[in-house]
Amino acid sequence: MASAVANRVLAPVGTAGKLFAFGLDVGRNLFKRPFQTREFIQQAWFIASVTIIPTALVAIPFGAVIALQVGSLIKQFGAQSFTGSASVLAVVQQAAPIGTALLIAGAGGSAIAADLGARKIREELDAMMVLGIDPIQRLVVPRVLGCMMVAVFLNGMVTVVGVAGGYVFNVILQDGTPGAYIASFTALAQLPDLWIGMIKALIFGMLAAIVAAYKGMSAGGGPKGVGDAVNESVVITFVLLFIVNFTLSAIYLQIVPPKTG
Amino acid sequence: MGVEIEIKDLTKSFGKQLIWGDVTLTIPAGEICVMLGPSGTGKSVLLKTIIGLLKPDKGSVVIEGIDIATCPEKELYEIRKLFGVLFQDGAMFGSMNLYDNIAFPLREHTKKSESEIREIVMEKLDLTGLIGTEDKLPGEISGGMRKRAGLARALVLDPEIVLFDEPDSGLDPVRTSFLNQLIVDLNAQIDATFLIVTHDINTARTVPDNIGLLYHKHLAMFGPREMLLSSEEPVVRQFLNAQMVGPIGMSEEKDADELESEKDMELPPLPPIPPQIEPSSGVPRRSQREPGVWCKENGITPPPGSFEENMTMTTGS
Repeated sequence: MASAVANRVLAPVGTAGKLFAFGLDVGRNLFKRPFQTREFIQQAWFIASVTIIPTALVAIPFGAVIALQVGSLIKQFGAQSFTGSASVLAVVQQAAPIGTALLIAGAGGSAIAADLGARKIREELDAMMVLGIDPIQRLVVPRVLGCMMVAVFLNGMVTVVGVAGGYVFNVILQDGTPGAYIASFTALAQLPDLWIGMIKALIFGMLAAIVAAYKGMSAGGGPKGVGDAVNESVVITFVLLFIVNFTLSAIYLQIVPPKTG
Repeated sequence: MGVEIEIKDLTKSFGKQLIWGDVTLTIPAGEICVMLGPSGTGKSVLLKTIIGLLKPDKGSVVIEGIDIATCPEKELYEIRKLFGVLFQDGAMFGSMNLYDNIAFPLREHTKKSESEIREIVMEKLDLTGLIGTEDKLPGEISGGMRKRAGLARALVLDPEIVLFDEPDSGLDPVRTSFLNQLIVDLNAQIDATFLIVTHDINTARTVPDNIGLLYHKHLAMFGPREMLLSSEEPVVRQFLNAQMVGPIGMSEEKDADELESEKDMELPPLPPIPPQIEPSSGVPRRSQREPGVWCKENGITPPPGSFEENMTMTTGS
């Protein structure tokens, strides 16, 4: 009885451990030759093709909401001249990497989990292992790298689209002065903000791909198992993203002192 | 030439549920063995344990001096090159056409040129009767063809050990007969060790040199074909003759009442032992034995009518 309770309590710890071990396996296989260039390009292209349009569509309202919210808040403080700076900061540091990651996880990660899950239940992965090929090296590593690369690119796109969207909304809807909006960009924002945005996107892309691949490869129990794996991979990724984002932001704010206007 | 597989004290359970325990057998080099068992007795699990896809809780599987159960992953990937495995549904890679599927192991593991690869792939396609379908995707062909394509892929690297996971499930009787003949012919040709997991009795009665029976979480019996087919052991007898009278019930085991009620029932006589399928080339296989030799050596009289050509294939009722 006691052991049954202990089992139930400790099960999530075991899963977390397995996920971590899987991540280490991927890391180790990263350096194994031959590198699967073809698979990498195909997967990167595939992930980009399923994420690029929804990301752009999400980025515009995302930037707009931030512009509206921050803009009206800042107006109350009487610091309109800093509107541009504040919304740039929010988009570059938080909105862009998070928005990117949500779409990478939702569109790219679910596709990866479904693909690998289907291969798993059709015994394709077993067949591959029996043919002497490690599916982690062959299938997972290119997907993880593809996701990371696409995440960084998408992050750049979301940043540009988000800032542009914010600009349009600020100038048109809130009667901001175009010159002040642009001129204040550099008042609070600084170069390391761009770096942390990119690093975040890189890490989020990696997390999304690893969780999706892990869940897909441990799918079981027929077609329903694949559905469950996709569902779980998206939920787990989202939760992980927000935790990691918080940690990274906290560390970043400690290391890089905020620029004083 | 074939390689021997030595299995010792193998035990596997999923969580608390024991699948089978203390399975000990030696699969002789170059011979055809069939592993039988009622549905859900872990036949496929045994197969996956032999290739190292599943780790046993206890025991060892030794092939060429290497223990599959404990060796590091790197060695495992090396030793797996000795294997050809036919999975239940063929396990073809869905994104590649049949040609690329079958060429895949060659492209991965050999430095052969494309024209050499083409030659080998075409030969295997011919062997399995799939010429003309090489451009099809696995999703576009029937289950039987997928199975044959899986066999073609399993054979391209000239394996020393070939494992078949239910080669006859989902095939019609005619195709099953063709496939059985193909298995015997292949064994004659490449001399590899064959292990077939199935619950098709007809296959078990006519194809192998040795039969094993998994029942009730252990290996009930393993030995030459004639030994099991002439065995009076209740489980073996019931299963190999597809009878209802015996210890196997609808759900795993019969309870005491059921067994009591059939205590006085007369068991139908053992059906005659059918002759083994011979290679179509007419040249006997290396591991083939003369019909009736085992029975004679062990002083057992086979059921009347055994080993006669053209005998009926029906098993006792």
